[in-house]
Amino acid sequence: GFTSKADPQGSGRITAQVIEHLERLALVDFGSCEAVARLEKAIAFADRLRAVDTDGVEPMESVLEDRCLYLRSDNVVEGNCADELLQNSHRVVEEYFVAPPGNISLPKLDEQEPFPHS
Amino acid sequence: MTQKPRKGEHKWAAVVGLEIHAQISSNSKLFSGSQVRFSAPPNSLVSFFDASLPGTLPVLNRRCVEAAVMTGLALNCHINKKSLFDRKHYFYADLPAGYQITQQRLPIAVNGSLTYGVCAGKKQSQVIPKTVRIKQIQLEQDSGKSLHDDLRSQTLIDLNRAEGQLRVDANISVHHPGEPLGVRTEVKNLNSIRFLAKAIDYEIQRQINELENGGEILNETRSFHYQLGCTMSMRDKEGKQDYRFMPEPNLPPLVLYDATSLPAGADPQQVINIDQIRETLPELPSVTRERLVQQYGMLLEHSFTLLNEVGLLEFFQNVIKETRAEPKKVTSWVLNTFLGYLKQQNLAVSESPVTPSALAELLDLLDSRTISSAAAKQVFEELWKREGKTPGQIVSEKQLELMEDRGALEQLCHSMMEAHPQVVMDLKKGNPRAINKLIGLVRKATQSRADPAMIKEILEKKLSS
Repeated sequence: GFTSKADPQGSGRITAQVIEHLERLALVDFGSCEAVARLEKAIAFADRLRAVDTDGVEPMESVLEDRCLYLRSDNVVEGNCADELLQNSHRVVEEYFVAPPGNISLPKLDEQEPFPHS
Repeated sequence: MTQKPRKGEHKWAAVVGLEIHAQISSNSKLFSGSQVRFSAPPNSLVSFFDASLPGTLPVLNRRCVEAAVMTGLALNCHINKKSLFDRKHYFYADLPAGYQITQQRLPIAVNGSLTYGVCAGKKQSQVIPKTVRIKQIQLEQDSGKSLHDDLRSQTLIDLNRAEGQLRVDANISVHHPGEPLGVRTEVKNLNSIRFLAKAIDYEIQRQINELENGGEILNETRSFHYQLGCTMSMRDKEGKQDYRFMPEPNLPPLVLYDATSLPAGADPQQVINIDQIRETLPELPSVTRERLVQQYGMLLEHSFTLLNEVGLLEFFQNVIKETRAEPKKVTSWVLNTFLGYLKQQNLAVSESPVTPSALAELLDLLDSRTISSAAAKQVFEELWKREGKTPGQIVSEKQLELMEDRGALEQLCHSMMEAHPQVVMDLKKGNPRAINKLIGLVRKATQSRADPAMIKEILEKKLSS
C-alpha cells in the first residue's frame, strides 16, 4: 500500500516552529523565506517516492550492503601527534583543546531577528 | 519491585533499566589504530580520525567485535549474524564529529539473561538466586573527556577517551500493576553500586510521591546529588533531545558466521566465527558454582562467596589438591577462618601470609588428629604472623601435639574429679553444664593438648562406672 503521513498543515508548508527545531538540531541557518521554500520543494520532490509500492520489500540501508566490512587487527599504528592536532585549535591550554564552558543556547524564536526580506 | 501501599493507595510497581557502559579491553580503539591506555598525556593517543578531521574514516577493530560476541555469549544472548552501525547526533565539545557511532537499530547481541545471587536472611548468609534480562549489547564509540574550568569559564577537552571505568545510567518509571508502564526518567552521573541503589530508591519514591499528589512525571534526564541524596533535573532550555539517528554511511553491515555458514576459503582474519569464539569462553561462574556444589558438597552461598573474592577459588582448589582433609573441612577453613583474617586486615588473597600449601599442611595435622581444632586455630594465627615457620614447626615449638597417652589422660581426669567433688556432685544431680566445667579444667591442665571429645568420653565413662 502507500504510506500516508499527513502534511503538517496539509499544504506542504513548514511551520516556523519546525524550522527553529531543525536549526537547533543541525546548527544550520535557513536565513530567508526562499531557503524555507526550497526546503518545502525538496520535501515535495522526495514525497514522490510514495508513488512506489514498497510492501514486503526490505529497505536498503546502505549502498555498501553487499560489501564486506573490513576488520582491522588490534595493533597500535597511529596517534602520538598531539602537536599537529592542537595546531588546529584556536585556543589551547597545556595540550588540551579549549572550548566554551557548555553548549551555548541559541536564542529562542521570539528573541531572533526576523528573516530579512530579499 | 513492588512498593508497599501508602495511605491505603493502590500498589505501585517500579521498572528499572540499566544502561551500562563498559570499556573493551583492547590494544587499540574501536574505529582507529590509536592506543588504549590510562593516564597518558592529553590528546597523545589521538589519531586524525579520533579528532574527526575531515576525510577520515572509521575502521572496525576485530578484537572489539570478538569481545562483544564473547560478552553476548556469556550473557546468554542471541548473537545477530548481521548488525548495523548508526550515527547518533548531538553537539558537545568532547564530540568533535557532532555524532557518535553506535548500534541503535540492530545491535550485535540481544535478549540475554544473567543469573546472580542476592544476600538475604539473617547475617546476609542466605543467597537467593535471581535473574535479570539483558535487552541488548551494542558496540559504541566513547566521547572525549571534558574538564570544566569554571574559574576561567572554559572547558578543556582531551580526546584520548580511555576512561577505564564502568559507567551506569539508570532508567526508572513506576506504574500500577496491570496498567501501562509509566513515563521514565534517566538518572546519570552514578559511579558506585551503593549510590546507584540510593539514587534508584530515591527516584522511585519521588515519582510515586509526585503521582500520588496529582503531579506528572516528565521524560527527562536527572543527575544524582551525592551530598543531598536526591536526583535533580538536568533539563536545559533546549528541550528534549532529538538524536536524528541515521545509518552510518561509511560502514557496511557487520556480518558474523558460525561453523555452518562460514564461507569456504575465506580469509580467517576477515571473518568472525561465533562457534569458535564460544569455544574460547572460560567456564562461566554459574557453571563453576554448580560444579563446586556437586563436587564438594558445599552450599550454594559458599560457592558465591568463593567466586566473589578475587583469587579465592584458586586458593581453595590449591588447598584441596594438597590436603587429605575432607572438602567440607577445607571449605569451612577457607571461607570462615582464612577469609575472616583477610577481611579483618583488608587484604587481598594475593597478599595473604598463609599459602595454600601451609593451610593444606595444617589441615593434614588436624585430619590425622595430631592436633586439636583449638590448637589448629592457634597455629593459623602464628602462620599469619609471617615468621616463615611451617605448621609442623609451630606445633613442635609450642608443644601443641594432642596427648596420645590415653592412660595419662585417664589419670588426669581421675585426679581432676577427686579435686573437684562439688562439680562431680552437680554432674550426678543432672546438671549438664557441669561436664563442660570439668572438661575445661582437664583441658587447661593439659595446656589444650587433649582432645575435648576424648576427655568427655573418659569422664562420662568414669561417672557411669
